[in-house]
Amino acid sequence: MLNDIDMELLEKIAGMHEIPQGAYNIRKNGEKSGRNTTANIDIITKEDKPGINVVIKPNTKGESVHIPVLLTVEGLTDIVYNTFEVGEGSDILIVAGCGIHNPGSSTARHDGIHEFYVRKGARMKYVEKHYGEGKGTGEKILNPKTIVEIEEGGIAELELVQIKGVDRTKRDTEIRLAKNARLIVTERLLTYKDQEAESAISVELAGEGSTARIISRSVAQDTSKQVFNFNITGLNRCRGHIQCDSIIMHEAKVYSMPQISALHSDAQLIHEAAIGKIESEQLIKLMSLGLSEKEAEETILKGFLK
Amino acid sequence: MLELRGISYYAETRNETVRILDDINIKFEDRKLYVITGPNGGGKSSLARIIMGINRPTAGRLSLDGEDITDLDITSRARLGIGYAFQNPPRFKGINVKQLLDISVQSEQVGQTDKKACDTCALLNNVGLCASEYLHRDADTSLSGGEMKRIEIASILSRNLKFAVFDEPEAGIDLWSFAKLAETFENMHRTRNTTIVIISHQERILELADEVIVISGGKIEEVTTKQKILAEITHTSDCSCGTDCGKGVGMNA
Ligand SMILES: Nc1ncnc2c1ncn2[C@@H]1O[C@H](COP(=O)(O)OP(=O)(O)OP(=O)(O)O)[C@@H](O)[C@H]1O
Ligand SMILES: [Mg+2]
Repeated sequence: MLNDIDMELLEKIAGMHEIPQGAYNIRKNGEKSGRNTTANIDIITKEDKPGINVVIKPNTKGESVHIPVLLTVEGLTDIVYNTFEVGEGSDILIVAGCGIHNPGSSTARHDGIHEFYVRKGARMKYVEKHYGEGKGTGEKILNPKTIVEIEEGGIAELELVQIKGVDRTKRDTEIRLAKNARLIVTERLLTYKDQEAESAISVELAGEGSTARIISRSVAQDTSKQVFNFNITGLNRCRGHIQCDSIIMHEAKVYSMPQISALHSDAQLIHEAAIGKIESEQLIKLMSLGLSEKEAEETILKGFLK
Repeated sequence: MLELRGISYYAETRNETVRILDDINIKFEDRKLYVITGPNGGGKSSLARIIMGINRPTAGRLSLDGEDITDLDITSRARLGIGYAFQNPPRFKGINVKQLLDISVQSEQVGQTDKKACDTCALLNNVGLCASEYLHRDADTSLSGGEMKRIEIASILSRNLKFAVFDEPEAGIDLWSFAKLAETFENMHRTRNTTIVIISHQERILELADEVIVISGGKIEEVTTKQKILAEITHTSDCSCGTDCGKGVGMNA
């Protein structure tokens, strides 16, 4: 059922060389194209709207769920609502991601709405990769919305990556943390040509002792445009840290708006944002070790977006 | 042999042209060890950067083994076997120490991959760093100044160079590692065919020199021997008493 293009997309977005071990759900062109559940992880199709419920039993450890989405036709707008229930005390890896291969000249678009409930003491690592390709002029658009609730003592680690081929993206992430919950978000973004990417992350440190860290690194090339709106609100004794770092090249534009709001006197919040060219001393250093200017540039960018 | 003929370097600032180097003539002979010293702001680093091709001289020519290299870019000079350990090495986000050393080793010995891994360890040991602790750390601001400096030196040591310039290698390096470093240079001088130039203010480094070049105010003030310079420093330090009162370089050794 899955062809070569599908397999290539899967590899790009989920690092999958074959059908994954453990639970998975593959969605292709708006339809289910493969599913596996395990004793601890159930996947159920939603009845009221397109999408799935992924239910992970309490204390499930060391298992993974892959839920890749593939779009290989033009002119399709695929909207999907997925809900994840990460049971108490579990430790789980969720790999999502969307690969678009748009062969034609009209738009291919995927809007994914993901909701996560990370229950007491659970730990979730969520990896989301976006990738687009296709020779046609048709735009590849991805607008993910992610909502995360982290209950007491829960840990969520989000890795959001968009390195290639997505023309327009508007990413919206909302996270709320209860007592002693922890959050780490790392975002990597590369835009080129006339691509546009917007990312908004809004974190509410509601519980006492909660901590959040957002680390965003991006590279904007050619005439692309990036907009970042990050906001951490501290409602209790908590710690929050936003670090945004962008490399700007050519005629690109980058707007970075980190915001921290303390609504409690024991909230400790920091934001740092930097936008700049590749440091010339870095290029010079690598060239003086024998790399060409282009190789030096690639080495620096690759490391930066690692 | 690397030869500089009539090298001058002017930099443009907002409203004036500053003369940073003025008519520098030097012949660096093969396999010799030179120490360049002189007051802060004298032009030592500027000269090193001109040799590496980072800055272009306003006037004058450079040649390596008779071949004019004045118009070659940094990469081409690196590939001809010129190397420069920066006074202030830059940091890299997301590039670890091993990758950095691999880049410098690779540029030399393409294809000798099996040798590489252990070489990298030996290199770090030579500059007093325990390899297992450092190889996988990012060469970013999380490294201390002295650590970054040692990695910088290791990256130059890793290359089989014709001509190597080390810009104040001792800066920020603790006393224990410094002794080891001086030994490493001594060793390099004995066993390799590299012409070594060390920009330094340290007596222990001056002692390694076959020749000492003093640069001050953008000019070569004198080319001399270590015996002479060490004697001079102890007698005419900024303390005017004229005796070996220990206020000069001897204090820093
Ligand atoms: N691009 C520049 N524009 C203006 N002035 C410069 C520029 N580059 C260097 N200089 C000046 O040239 C002089 C020589 O600088 P250089 O870094 O070569 O000194 P140095 O001998 O290496 O000093 P130190 O011992 O402190 O390292 C200094 O006065 C410095 O301020
Ligand atoms: Mg200097």
